[in-house]
Amino acid sequence: MARVVVDVMLKPEILDPQGQAVQRALPRLGFEGIADVRQGKRFELEVEGPVDEAALARIHELAETFLANTVIEDFAVKVEESAQVAEPAK
Amino acid sequence: MTARIGVVTFPGTLDDRDALRAARIAGAEPVSLWHRDKDLKQVDAVVLAGGFSYGDYLRAGAIARFSPVMGQIIEQAREGMPVLGICNGFQILTETHLLPGAMLRNNHLHFVCKDQKLRVENAETAWTRDYTAGQEISVPLKNIDGRYVADEHALDELEAEGRVAFRYADGNPNGSLRDIAGITNAAGNVVGLMPHPEHAVEPLVGTGGTDGLGFFTSILKKLVTAS
Repeated sequence: MARVVVDVMLKPEILDPQGQAVQRALPRLGFEGIADVRQGKRFELEVEGPVDEAALARIHELAETFLANTVIEDFAVKVEESAQVAEPAK
Repeated sequence: MTARIGVVTFPGTLDDRDALRAARIAGAEPVSLWHRDKDLKQVDAVVLAGGFSYGDYLRAGAIARFSPVMGQIIEQAREGMPVLGICNGFQILTETHLLPGAMLRNNHLHFVCKDQKLRVENAETAWTRDYTAGQEISVPLKNIDGRYVADEHALDELEAEGRVAFRYADGNPNGSLRDIAGITNAAGNVVGLMPHPEHAVEPLVGTGGTDGLGFFTSILKKLVTAS
């Protein structure tokens, strides 16, 4: 089964107080030098059948209409090749 | 003859009972709608009440938007049926794009629960005619995803068309852009706001006032006059 990953991030101009809270916590934990943190969502879709152009078009549609709210978020769809390669031989 | 006001219950809705009660106190006939209903039982208007529909998974209101009952509500709202979205209901209305913009986590990341002063900016919508423009009212506010955002162009358009229906009047509780607490669509039949008028309809409970009752008397007058 092939895996398609959809990453959803708040648009750059949208304030991300959760990311800011993470960033502010870092120095307290001894992690220096991180200037900014933005928090997003990652969806891993296990796709039945081949991940061809038609399948990717459908996934793009589902990301655009459901997984992301494009008023406030950007999204990226990518096929994760390693999921297929990593299948263990039995 | 009175009007039938439907209130939708999704899994996770909390304030449906109070919304039904507010409709009844205003003199309307309250009608319960279930999220699986495909038929709206001949209601004249719909209230989407507060709560955490479908656990607010993914985004507040994102899953409720695709529930069976919403298909009819979206269609009829476009044809002019009055719809009021309160809190989670407002989040659902932005997710359906019946109202522009989106709701995000409060800028301070805390849940807010307090009495909130609002300024009524537009007293001509289907849900605000019993108020006067500029009037200040006090109703409860309780949420964590209450920060209204939209791009600058959309905000300018809302302001220019008088579609900012309510603004926070005594300090911005959540970082909402331009202090926006509620908005209306261009036709004035679809209104959404974060604070809870349905919790301020009886002197005994809530804020101790009845500042929220005007939403329900407004819609009742409009519907009864129209029929």
